[in-house]
Amino acid sequence: MIGAAGKLETAEATAAYCLQLGDDALIYGQRLGEWISRAPQIEEDMALANIGLDLVGQARLLLTRAGELDGTGRSEDDLAYFRDERHFHNVHLVEQERSDFGFEMARMLWFAAYQCELYAALVTSSDETLAGVAAKAVKEVDYHRDHASQWVLRLGDGTSESHRRMQEALERVAPYVRELFEDDAVSVAASDGGAGILPSSLWDNASGHVSRVVVQATLTLPADATWRSRGGREGIHSRPIGYLLAEMQHIARSHPGATW
Amino acid sequence: MDVRAAIAAVPDPEVPVLTIEDLGILRDVVVDEPARTVTVFVTPTYSGCPAMDAIRQHIEHVARRLGFAARVQTRLSPAWSTDWMSAAGRDKLREFGIAPPGQRSEVASQPVGLSLMARRVTCPLCGSDDTQEISRFGSTACKALRRCNECREPFDEFKTI
Repeated sequence: MIGAAGKLETAEATAAYCLQLGDDALIYGQRLGEWISRAPQIEEDMALANIGLDLVGQARLLLTRAGELDGTGRSEDDLAYFRDERHFHNVHLVEQERSDFGFEMARMLWFAAYQCELYAALVTSSDETLAGVAAKAVKEVDYHRDHASQWVLRLGDGTSESHRRMQEALERVAPYVRELFEDDAVSVAASDGGAGILPSSLWDNASGHVSRVVVQATLTLPADATWRSRGGREGIHSRPIGYLLAEMQHIARSHPGATW
Repeated sequence: MDVRAAIAAVPDPEVPVLTIEDLGILRDVVVDEPARTVTVFVTPTYSGCPAMDAIRQHIEHVARRLGFAARVQTRLSPAWSTDWMSAAGRDKLREFGIAPPGQRSEVASQPVGLSLMARRVTCPLCGSDDTQEISRFGSTACKALRRCNECREPFDEFKTI
């Protein structure tokens, strides 16, 4: 809702902001769940599932908060299961199809590095719920970042084959990275109101971490990609999200209102 | 039995030797004796911990048996830390074969991320310090999997957060 001054009202801005963060966490959590029984070893099935579970937990809290603030009274389930593609506000990075394990670790390294800075900053959010979610989640994503860092080190500084594939993965992820750190109307309004933080302000520390890991892994951080993903925050998505939503939503939509 | 004590004795469904009080997730119990209601504040261990629903149901059940209607509220802040686990809880974990969490301050002082973790964790089965990590993620969100190089047994470690 646009107020008289043409700016997003505070509660609406915070709601929209929570939705962006919640959608990133939800969609990536769903993607990571796809690894169960597909990871290179059973410990990794469990690790990726646990990381996905943390993200779904964060998404539940963030979507609940968005529904409380936006005046529609929608629950976390309404938001997760009964919105269509155009109404999801996640970045393209998290919706890309599952690929090889190297790609997943490159994606996780960037996403967790971003989330670590994000939640560390949001601990002092003026929205008490958001601050509480952040204080809890910051410890979780620190663990995710460490997990991805260790795998990138192991694969980059491993065999010539693992090195080649890890390098390739970094390059495939690169075009999707910048979108995470772009300021849009929602994050600017949320940041002005004190509830949010400008994504662009997270770049230095997040990319600093990734770059240190990449160098130690004997890999090379790709130069800025020739193209960049954009549009996710406005609900303009890439092809894979449709398939992801179909799988995630079909039971809830086939049996609306069903409970355990 | 006092309703407060009964609620404090509710076990964790995944680690049943621990009560929710041992675990440090029970933050407050407000009893309204005349109204026969009790408001219980709990803090989740991890945002996505699936045991929370089971714990909530168990609390309501225990209170109902004593004639109280329970309202369970989630309190996010301050965030739960393994430092809140009681000494009794740590001893129970060790006896159960799970290495208890370390102190958070020890973890925080170590460089994170750029070295394969080499923390000292004592084997809960034989007491040896010569143990290694198999997986940072174990059977539940709150545990990691390790192996003892002395007695050769695998064991769970309660992660320090």
